[in-house]
Amino acid sequence: MTLTPVITEHWDSPDLYTLEGYRRFGGYGALASALKQDPDSIISVVKDSGLRGRGGAGFPTGMKWGFVPQNDFKPHYLVVNADESEPGACKDIPIMMANPHALVEGVIIASYAIRASHAFIYIRGEVPNALRKVANAVEQARAAGFVGNNILGTDFSLDIVVHAGAGAYICGEETALLDSLEGYRGQPRLKPPFPAVAGLYASPTVINNVETIANIPYIIERGAAWLRQFGTEKSPGFKVFAVSGHVNRPGIFEAPLGITMRELLDYAGGMRDGRKLKFWIPGGSSVPMLVEEHLDLPLTYEDMAGAGTMLGTGTPMVFDETVSVVKAVTRWLEFYKHESCGKCTPCREGTYWITGMLERFEHGHGQEADVEKIAHVCTQIAGRSFCALGDAAATPYPAALKYFRDEFLAATHTSADEQFDPVASYLFAGATR
Amino acid sequence: MTMTSNNGSDLAAVEMVSVTVDGVTIEVPRGTLAIRAAELLGVEIPRFCDHPLLDPVAACRACLIEVEGMPKPQPACAQVVSDGMHIRTQVSSPVAREAQEGVLEFLLLNHPLDCPVCDKGGECPLQNQAMSVGRPQTRFDGEKRVFDKPINVSAEILLDRERCVSCARCTRFADQIAGDPMLELLERGAKQQVGTAADQPFDSYFSGNTVQICPVGALTSAAYRFRARPFDLVSVPTTCEHCASGCSLRTDYRRDTVTRRLAWADPEVNEEWNCDKGRFAFPYLREGRITSPMIREAGELRPASWPEALDAAARGLAAAGSSTGVLVGGRSTVEDAYAYARFARVALGSDNIDFRVRESSSEEAAFLAAVIAGTPVTTTYESLEQAPIVMTVALEPEDESPIVFLRLRKAARSGRTRIVNVGAVATKGLTKVRGELLAALPGAEAQVLQMLPADIRRALGQPGAVILVGERIASVVGGPSAVAALATETGASLAWVPRRAGERGALDAGALAGLLPGGRQLVDPSARKQVAAAWGIDASELPTGVGFAGENLLAAARDGVLGALVSGGVELGDYPDHALAAAAFTGVGFLVSLEHHHSAITEQADVVFPVAVVTEKSGTFLDWEGRPRPFGQVFRDSLYESDARVLGMIATTMERRLGPSDVAGIRREHAGLGLWEGFRGQVPDRVPGFTMMGEHQFALASWRALIDAGVMQEGEPFLAATARQVGVWMSARTAASLDHPSQVRVIGPGGSIVLPVQVAEVIDKVVVLPMNSPGCSIYRDLGARVGDAVGLVTVKRHEGEGS
Repeated sequence: MTLTPVITEHWDSPDLYTLEGYRRFGGYGALASALKQDPDSIISVVKDSGLRGRGGAGFPTGMKWGFVPQNDFKPHYLVVNADESEPGACKDIPIMMANPHALVEGVIIASYAIRASHAFIYIRGEVPNALRKVANAVEQARAAGFVGNNILGTDFSLDIVVHAGAGAYICGEETALLDSLEGYRGQPRLKPPFPAVAGLYASPTVINNVETIANIPYIIERGAAWLRQFGTEKSPGFKVFAVSGHVNRPGIFEAPLGITMRELLDYAGGMRDGRKLKFWIPGGSSVPMLVEEHLDLPLTYEDMAGAGTMLGTGTPMVFDETVSVVKAVTRWLEFYKHESCGKCTPCREGTYWITGMLERFEHGHGQEADVEKIAHVCTQIAGRSFCALGDAAATPYPAALKYFRDEFLAATHTSADEQFDPVASYLFAGATR
Repeated sequence: MTMTSNNGSDLAAVEMVSVTVDGVTIEVPRGTLAIRAAELLGVEIPRFCDHPLLDPVAACRACLIEVEGMPKPQPACAQVVSDGMHIRTQVSSPVAREAQEGVLEFLLLNHPLDCPVCDKGGECPLQNQAMSVGRPQTRFDGEKRVFDKPINVSAEILLDRERCVSCARCTRFADQIAGDPMLELLERGAKQQVGTAADQPFDSYFSGNTVQICPVGALTSAAYRFRARPFDLVSVPTTCEHCASGCSLRTDYRRDTVTRRLAWADPEVNEEWNCDKGRFAFPYLREGRITSPMIREAGELRPASWPEALDAAARGLAAAGSSTGVLVGGRSTVEDAYAYARFARVALGSDNIDFRVRESSSEEAAFLAAVIAGTPVTTTYESLEQAPIVMTVALEPEDESPIVFLRLRKAARSGRTRIVNVGAVATKGLTKVRGELLAALPGAEAQVLQMLPADIRRALGQPGAVILVGERIASVVGGPSAVAALATETGASLAWVPRRAGERGALDAGALAGLLPGGRQLVDPSARKQVAAAWGIDASELPTGVGFAGENLLAAARDGVLGALVSGGVELGDYPDHALAAAAFTGVGFLVSLEHHHSAITEQADVVFPVAVVTEKSGTFLDWEGRPRPFGQVFRDSLYESDARVLGMIATTMERRLGPSDVAGIRREHAGLGLWEGFRGQVPDRVPGFTMMGEHQFALASWRALIDAGVMQEGEPFLAATARQVGVWMSARTAASLDHPSQVRVIGPGGSIVLPVQVAEVIDKVVVLPMNSPGCSIYRDLGARVGDAVGLVTVKRHEGEGS
């Protein structure tokens, strides 16, 4: 399957991030045509395109927009979730760095469609470069009359606020993000009410991922049918895949949904030093790992679900035979323990417990009984926690156990570093301990 | 099912849905939560964060259940049932049982399991539910996280963060119920903890409730900590004696000592809350008590036997006869006040009686007689919650009737109720009930009431509108008249909210000159006939003329017009005219004092009788609604007698026949009088007064802070430390006109004090001082009353220090 650069098409143009650079390739043309249409027809186009949310859950975007009540005399808000913090996920930040105006243009069109006059872009605070790029793009768009009052001479007015997060993974959970944006401590909210009815400041709110919104100008410009040429019936369109790990050429590859991991591995230059693939993860640490036998599965929402995992953020991490799965899973659990917001018991206490047990395995004194105990504790977290972060925390271990039970058993007497020389797994050349 | 309130709704109008819990189908009102529906069937789903009076948060996950059609277990505390829903709890669902067991296991991971030394041990929801749904043995063999402990979140409340299960009941209580969101969850993950900002302790008037609703031993009170095990305590349902809110309490004691008091659930009154004064101010019950009768001999008081003291009292009072005055303090139960009222009229033949140990006026007396006394319960807590508008006049609910405040806050949060306060300051309490201030100079409230903005007057005309007037209306000339007129004109219901627990009962019992029990007028022939019959005397034996009340009574005692005084539950410092009151008690020929503590008055008395405190007798308080709040005797073998019994003994010694003096007998006799439907006296109609100030003077506004220098709060330093800071409140403009002083000297007609300045939302030309707080008593220190003009002088810091 060939690559289909759309959002990434002109990334080699050094000034794409500027208004001028973006407009050179027709930027903000979609906005002009969108503002000539009825907002509802924009929603219809997005619905017809079948675009699904690129943040991980894959919810149909047009349907989400359609949930916003109309003529309700309440302000509506668009919130862009740019809090990309998932271990392994690295596609929203590159989009914001390289092509911020696609995001801004998408924000304006989406706001017009849902009748929002305020939009917020909530960017992970640890990436000031992306923050500056997007803030600058918003200012340029404002200066050009694309943001502000009476955009392009229409009745439509919009203000965009670029907001920096303060370093909490939980704020990528959409309702925690809203609390954080309102100035509260970021913890997920009880649903219902759902954000489409009572979100930001208790008003109807749409929350979309960066990549989802960056798709919008292209869909408006080229039409729903154009998007449906790519991908599958259930997963239409293309995806910005970010391949990282033990490959020769890690990077970003925009391809239709349905491309296989084997193809992506080829684009990424194959496995590092010709080593053997051990396991890979299709979209961030929150989705279960896969192995060699899954390399020919199409990367779609439905095929990944069929294999017991998820497409997630579509940012595959590739691990070769030098990696200790015990160590990798321990690192992820330490992350979830650190990032658990504390609101609900299973996630708060479960991640604390599992991490403690895993660290013993890592150091070679795991308890054999803990192999099953951790699996059982994971079942007590998954589906029991308040938000999806708990589910995510319960994900890495069961899949790892499925494929690499022996490694955990070995870790009852041999540490991860003794089983696998960590230096061999380091990505940078010439690394030593 | 826990009922939170009946919402005044017609039950027939409630839409019912059908829900099946563990195979049993029941009808419940639409909107019912699954956890409550299960309770109706006797299925108790485990819970920690759930509390029927707090918004659901679904954080602890202890209540997970299976709901047909939903892939994952759902929290029963947040799951609203819908028609036809099938729910399976731990009773019938292995999934629910395993999920609940898992959560209990998680909760115990980092819990210190120090139950043997924990105050909650024995009454702990974590302990109980770990036993009922938890695993018999933990599988956790790692290290528990540790915190420094305990830490103070206020002077009164201590926090053990290791025991906390992060249920957020305390933080939600603080935020939603009390409106004091100083308590918050901090940090994240397993390090999540309850805490406060470094410079802002949890100084809420309601902080003790968090200790009570904490489902583990994480929050404890300094007063009760390590004092007792719950299973060693004996619990008695009681009524709070500290104000007219009428809270139901549970008094726990051990070895004849009260160890703690808890808010007891009464959905119609205090729901499940009380204030910190009601909870913690009980050491006075035991400390500093008068232990035996005393009589004055050669100018000195000495202990005496009961017969000796009774004989002395009887002789002195018989000599003074109808020229005796009777003063009944606000702590009296209805039964005791009734006994005083009857003792004055029957044993002494005197109508010189008053229960108002505070600012009072004859206009107020007429108002109370005509509008309030003996009226049935009509305006209630529920009325406040349902009202489209509540107007408060001469009342600061958060300080003066805290449960009224909580209910107003609940009403305001529902969005139904508009709250308007006629006063001189937009207090924090007013902000917490989202209220509006209708500015009135202290003393000039009546003028404002007569010239209300049209929209407020119109709103008061809506069905259900309520006017709440505080006892401080007595200091407003024309105030009682204007309030009564406003209620009549608009149709709004009117309730009088006195501060002390005994005032409404004493009013209804007839402990006021000219007023017999039940609002009957002394001068009304048929009223006299009824009362005389109940008291077993001829109507002609009742006093004929209306006696002295208020300051006239004190002046009559001072001037020798009265030959004797009987006083019970009276604090000298509570009278606004300090000099007059002191002169009355020292100048009167013969003084009998019935008190539980030594005081400035017992020191002057000729005969002192010790009387029972609330735990040593049974009785009834009428709350501000007029609702009887009966309570039983906690210490049944107490040797102290109630005021009524002492009065009965004196009468017997005087050879006067009085009716029964026991609680049951008094209640029977009092109730036998029935509701009075005759003449109640004229509603007063006084012309509004005004407030006069010189150019550099300020009108004094003042009320009693909830936690202040009140004698019944003695002996509880942790409570005292949570009192609001004492200072002079003034507007930013006033402070600017004085060049932003940090301290000022407040100069009144009878003295001056130096106090720190606190800028607040006070109207210009007004300063606010606490009426009777440590370091500031306006009567004693300034010789000033509410509405008086005072002067302000900026004080340089070094000047103030010596003062």
